[in-house]
Amino acid sequence: MLDQPNAKKQKLVILGNGMAAGRVMDELFARAPDRYDVVVFGAEPRVNYDRIMLSPVLSGEKAYDDILIHTDEWYATNKVDLRRGELVVAIDRVAKTVTTQSGAVEAYDTLIIATGSKPILIPVPGAELPGVVTYRDLDDVNLMLDAAGKGGHAVVIGGGLLGLEAAAGLAMRGMTTTVVHLMPTLMERQLDPNAAYLLQKAIEARGIEVLTGANTAAILGDTCVESVRLDDGRTLTADLVVMAVGIRPNTALAKLADLNVKRGIVVDDHLRTSDDNIYAVGECVEHRGQCYGLVAPLYDMAKTLAATLAGETVDGYIGSTTSTKLKVTGVDLFSAGDFAEGDVKDEIVLRDPARGIYKRVVLRDDRIIGAVLYGDTADGSWYFDLLKKNADIGAMRNALILGQAYQGGVALDPVAAVAALSDDAEICGCNGVCKGAITQAITAHGLTTLDDVRARTKASASCGQCTAKVESLLAATLGDNYSAAGRKPMCKCTDLTHSEVRGFILSKELKSVPAVMQELAWKTSCGCPSCRPALNYYLLCAWPGEYADDAQSRYINERVHANIQKDGTFSVVPRMWGGLTTPDELRAIADVADRFKIPTVKVTGGQRIDLLGVRKEDLPAVWAQLNSAGLVSGAAYAKGLRTVKTCVGSEWCRFGTQDSTGLGVKLERFMCGSWAPAKVKLGVSGCPRNCAESTVKDIGVICVESGYDIHIAGAAGLHVRQTDLLGHVDTEDEAIEYIAAFMQMYREEAGYLERVWKWVENAGLDKVRAAIMDDADNRRALLARFEKSQRAVRRDPWAERAAGREQHEFTPLATLNSIIAVPAE
Amino acid sequence: MNMTMVPSNDFWFDVGPLRAIPQRGARTVKTPRREIAVFRTASDEVFALENRCPHKGGPLSEGIVHGRKVACPLHNWIINLDDGEASGADKGCARSFPVKLENGRIYLNMSVAAAP
Repeated sequence: MLDQPNAKKQKLVILGNGMAAGRVMDELFARAPDRYDVVVFGAEPRVNYDRIMLSPVLSGEKAYDDILIHTDEWYATNKVDLRRGELVVAIDRVAKTVTTQSGAVEAYDTLIIATGSKPILIPVPGAELPGVVTYRDLDDVNLMLDAAGKGGHAVVIGGGLLGLEAAAGLAMRGMTTTVVHLMPTLMERQLDPNAAYLLQKAIEARGIEVLTGANTAAILGDTCVESVRLDDGRTLTADLVVMAVGIRPNTALAKLADLNVKRGIVVDDHLRTSDDNIYAVGECVEHRGQCYGLVAPLYDMAKTLAATLAGETVDGYIGSTTSTKLKVTGVDLFSAGDFAEGDVKDEIVLRDPARGIYKRVVLRDDRIIGAVLYGDTADGSWYFDLLKKNADIGAMRNALILGQAYQGGVALDPVAAVAALSDDAEICGCNGVCKGAITQAITAHGLTTLDDVRARTKASASCGQCTAKVESLLAATLGDNYSAAGRKPMCKCTDLTHSEVRGFILSKELKSVPAVMQELAWKTSCGCPSCRPALNYYLLCAWPGEYADDAQSRYINERVHANIQKDGTFSVVPRMWGGLTTPDELRAIADVADRFKIPTVKVTGGQRIDLLGVRKEDLPAVWAQLNSAGLVSGAAYAKGLRTVKTCVGSEWCRFGTQDSTGLGVKLERFMCGSWAPAKVKLGVSGCPRNCAESTVKDIGVICVESGYDIHIAGAAGLHVRQTDLLGHVDTEDEAIEYIAAFMQMYREEAGYLERVWKWVENAGLDKVRAAIMDDADNRRALLARFEKSQRAVRRDPWAERAAGREQHEFTPLATLNSIIAVPAE
Repeated sequence: MNMTMVPSNDFWFDVGPLRAIPQRGARTVKTPRREIAVFRTASDEVFALENRCPHKGGPLSEGIVHGRKVACPLHNWIINLDDGEASGADKGCARSFPVKLENGRIYLNMSVAAAP
């Protein structure tokens, strides 16, 4: 069809004058300059310019003339008939003509649709108000520049590539700018949460406010935009609103012409549509189920299409692997391929908190399948190249993350590596401490531990990233005299101990898991099942009411507020305050057991009733029914306050000295719901006969005639240990105050999963006693922090879930039933 | 039964939208023959395994999902999501099933999932 050497020149009509059309012509004229008479219809009243450089135009770093791709002379030289500003409104596939808005008709032999994409407008009230713009072409940029000239507030809806570039440009033009992003992290499709955290910091450092997890409800204003309202009720002042939430292929013409259109115009590997004479290229197409919004795939397509039009035999376009860079000056960011959260073996991570660098290369079978780089993207193209080539990187794996410049080196063992460094080599980047200063301090002051070195030199005292290096230096300097004993890193994701991590969370005000992992140089991208629950607890403890609990970082029991059993069913234990119950509560429990056919009902060692064998999907209904009788979660699953066991005390017992039951109830009501590093069980005994077994509890009270003896650090499990006496108080109020303060100290200082007795043994009883019994200011401060944290958890988790919260936990995704097979005829 | 199977054997059943499963989470699909756990990773990949740990039958759907692995809630065996193999020193395999994601919806290949 295309090979008609002596025939009259073929007529090629191109709809669209964007980057795809331009690139097709470049490629075509290079191959077959005289094959076609070319007519181009462009909707914009101008020549072809580099759309991806609009952001530098907005920010003022480039001018329109700088981003022209094809000048008027180019069209003339190549004899391209450009009809600018002329919109084509119809294609007649039978007559092989196109019709423009003004009624002009143009015939074609071959037609290329390159209509690109349209910005998505979110359908909120007020979206049509003057002052609301999208970010797609030069006209949009000019509208934004006009608005920016008047100053005031800009709200950018969308925290993706375009939205952030628009925000940065508007901020540089002097507008007070806010980015409103629906998802929890910026650019979530191109970045993992770690890189997104750094990006957000950098954007905020430009004075741009970033609101994530923010849903726009309406745009308000009488004659033009005045403000933006979010669905949580917040209102943001706005003189300009930029909608940059995404694009969709512009397929209207193709649809009208009855071509095969799904999300985009469907094309085969040679960019041919369902009509043999019509091709499509660029952002308007759908190829092998994929639509693209980046420039690289469009160039790949243009090459294939041009070769096809030139009559060459080509393999066809097979789809593109894409990479992303953000064009905001001073923000270096690169991502490519699949950076799915891999396991530890499948990724290499490098972080440099002091310089704000994060690099992550994801591997499968010794091949790079994805990369995310932040702060230093020099090697982005090298990684991308290795990725596209599917190159085996096994041989350079050790130094892969250091980049192309470091290939060919030999890995040293860590102690030999630091020993080989010169004395002026910097070990601690945060505090600028070099190797010589550390070794000198070690020898001059007889330092033997990491803490000594930190106290003396500040090395590894800020972010802790160089901890391993400092330890290696200690080992190299002291030889066999150095013992690392007593310092156990939290897990394989970090060299820091639990208490070091907790310290940094407070001192550096780290308030999210990605913040902790970046600032403390986590060696994995997303942690492991050992550190994630620990970090979740530490953040919850450090920032009560502020940090949002991450359910997916909790063990199943805490996630669904029940205890999993060996057959996958659950057990349910309602609170019985201080071991007290009532006939109504017992009747409610009996009714629940009957109604849900609960196979086993058992009295626990903590003076309450356990319903065993509840099916997971029944849990919300079981809780709802228990709730209606006033029963709430007993937290029998929690790393937190479990039971307060009591004896009957002075109320009934002839030996009782105080109201032990009453005190137990008060303690349980005050302390319930609190999360802790591990489970916490209390006992209150009314006299030294100790019927509540208080001296093997985490915290126990023995009532005596003169008041209350407070005991701590008992155990009666795998390990059996009698409590130590913390001290004596005279009144019930004091007992509650001292116990709550002790609980808070434990919450703040113990490592995750470290039981009270273990922590007290490690911390030292004297230190704990001094902090609680002797230092009244400290005790009151602890109590105040405990009370603050309790305000954030004063809700029954069962009631919340019975009311529908986290429903996905309790229902299957789908239930597929068998159907009767009907034999074929 | 003289019913013959269609040669292609691919019966992709829509079991729901991706957003119905939390990131780093899982939910179950009940079928007449078995219960299947469908996992969603932090980067929105989906995997399907029989909801039984090869160790003692623990419900893998209740475990902590990390990377492309899940930790069994009963005894903390670590199971690979892509092939169901236990990792580390533990030996055993949970059966895995073909699953795919299209336009935000999850499809399970029931001709495999319904087979004995």
